[in-house]
Amino acid sequence: MTAALSVQGLQVAIGTGASSANVLRGVSLDLQRGEVRGLVGESGAGKSMLGRAVLGLLPANAVIAAGTIQFEGRDLVAMPEPERRSLLGRRIALIPQDPMTSLNPVKRVGAQIAILLRHHLALSKRGALERAAELLAEVAIREPRRVLELYPHEISGGMRQRVLIAMAFACDPSLVIADEPTTALDVTVQRQVLQLVERLRQRHGAAVLFITHDLGVVAKICRTMTVLHAGRVLEEGETAEVLAKPRHPYTRALLAATPRADQPAEALRPVPPALIENLWSEAYRLDRLVVAGPA
Amino acid sequence: MTDILLRTGSLSFAYPERAGFLRRASLREVVKRVDLAVPRGSVLGLVGESGSGKTTLGRLLVRLLRPTSGGIQFDGAEIGTLEEAEMRPLRARIQMIFQDPQSSLNPRLRLGVTLTRPLQVYGRLKGRRDQRDRAAALLDLVGLPTGFVDRYPHELSGGQRQRAGIARALALDPDFIVADEIVSGLDVSTQAYILLLLKELRARLRLTMVFISHDLSVVRVLCDDVAILHHGEVVEYGPVARIFGFPQHAYTRQLLSAIPLPDVEPGWLDDPSPIVPSHQQGSAA
Repeated sequence: MTAALSVQGLQVAIGTGASSANVLRGVSLDLQRGEVRGLVGESGAGKSMLGRAVLGLLPANAVIAAGTIQFEGRDLVAMPEPERRSLLGRRIALIPQDPMTSLNPVKRVGAQIAILLRHHLALSKRGALERAAELLAEVAIREPRRVLELYPHEISGGMRQRVLIAMAFACDPSLVIADEPTTALDVTVQRQVLQLVERLRQRHGAAVLFITHDLGVVAKICRTMTVLHAGRVLEEGETAEVLAKPRHPYTRALLAATPRADQPAEALRPVPPALIENLWSEAYRLDRLVVAGPA
Repeated sequence: MTDILLRTGSLSFAYPERAGFLRRASLREVVKRVDLAVPRGSVLGLVGESGSGKTTLGRLLVRLLRPTSGGIQFDGAEIGTLEEAEMRPLRARIQMIFQDPQSSLNPRLRLGVTLTRPLQVYGRLKGRRDQRDRAAALLDLVGLPTGFVDRYPHELSGGQRQRAGIARALALDPDFIVADEIVSGLDVSTQAYILLLLKELRARLRLTMVFISHDLSVVRVLCDDVAILHHGEVVEYGPVARIFGFPQHAYTRQLLSAIPLPDVEPGWLDDPSPIVPSHQQGSAA
């Protein structure tokens, strides 16, 4: 069976010519059907850029310099635009980070979900609203019919995030990119949202690429994980294994720098600056090798 | 007897809230009868989720807000009812570090100017040379290169900006600092450094602090005591070891169990807390 997502040697640069800078330096990762993979890294690692590359939502000044992105065996990079667009929101969906800016503030919740359903599934206006109510019920929103009539500012942040999750799963996607979907939420709400994502993922059989900086979140929801730094994959494997026996010094350092509520303060060790510097100079050395080409 | 630097007694704060046009404004209480006692040289963590009133409480403690009722004693004197002019001499001793250094540092001023502005306001600068020396000393105190006196905030990384925010709060040599979510926007590697810096500074400068955070793990690193806030009330309050080790209140337990620790734990996603929104809004419609 082909993988839900297969990224091979992906290289993405921002800008062109002398001022261009690489943000992804030959990233490869596979996501089997139904797999939940955590994509972990700190800011600047390129994790969101990878998610955007898959969605075809790279910034205008970014270029895919090399590599392929295959969705269920079809090359997304080479695919004609109309075909790719018909996959987005339907077969490949996004759960965005910021629930406030991702919903249209002047449209009612119901209308926003209905547009999606009418566009992709060709439902009638009435049928779309019916289905929208079912979707909201599926994400544990009480009185879904009443919520359909509300504007985004009239519901809480956690509820907005649930609406976006409902929209992501609305058309039965087989791949969901979740880009830090719980970062802005309180811990108790975060837990509910993670539970929901897991439940919907199981019901719809979707694979999820879960982008996050939080090793705790990865531990709870992702079976596999990939550690990204400076646009490079440093380590990957089963989450249980990577967290218990991290092989890369950077993964070990990240774990040691994460404060834990179950341990006293003495355990905390910041990431050594020398380690970060080394990783960046390795990345730049790699850039020069690529530019120079094979000897 | 322990020496209490800051004490609150039944401290409350309410915002006027209009229910509708022409309707009389009603009061919405966001901080409710809070009793705290912060011993000199200790760090108190104030923990709560959004809407718990933790930021409002922090602003009351530094008297950016005036309590609706109840009192605040700072170093033995009541400050809850002081007018701004009477507060002024105390302002030098009570400082605040804000969450977002990006918006609390003036983007058009070099760090050297920003860091010494409090000194200037209090007439404690002796000329240009002194300004530069003092700024350099402050940068050094928070582990930034002294050459940063000529830098602008946008030339700094997030962690460096937060260090600058801390340096400015330290300029007047305060006794008491309220830090509001100052590590929440930072990467793990940077966050650990800021936490260790604060630990070091509190010991070195004998600071008394209130550290506001939504993140219990971070609080455990830095604080001696912790107060858990829920809907404006302190539901549990005590030494860190006790609250983390033996939480009594149901809400504290709920908060602690919701923290995803970086360990694989298969049952974690299968409930104990039901997937029911705890506070559905929207009744305004």
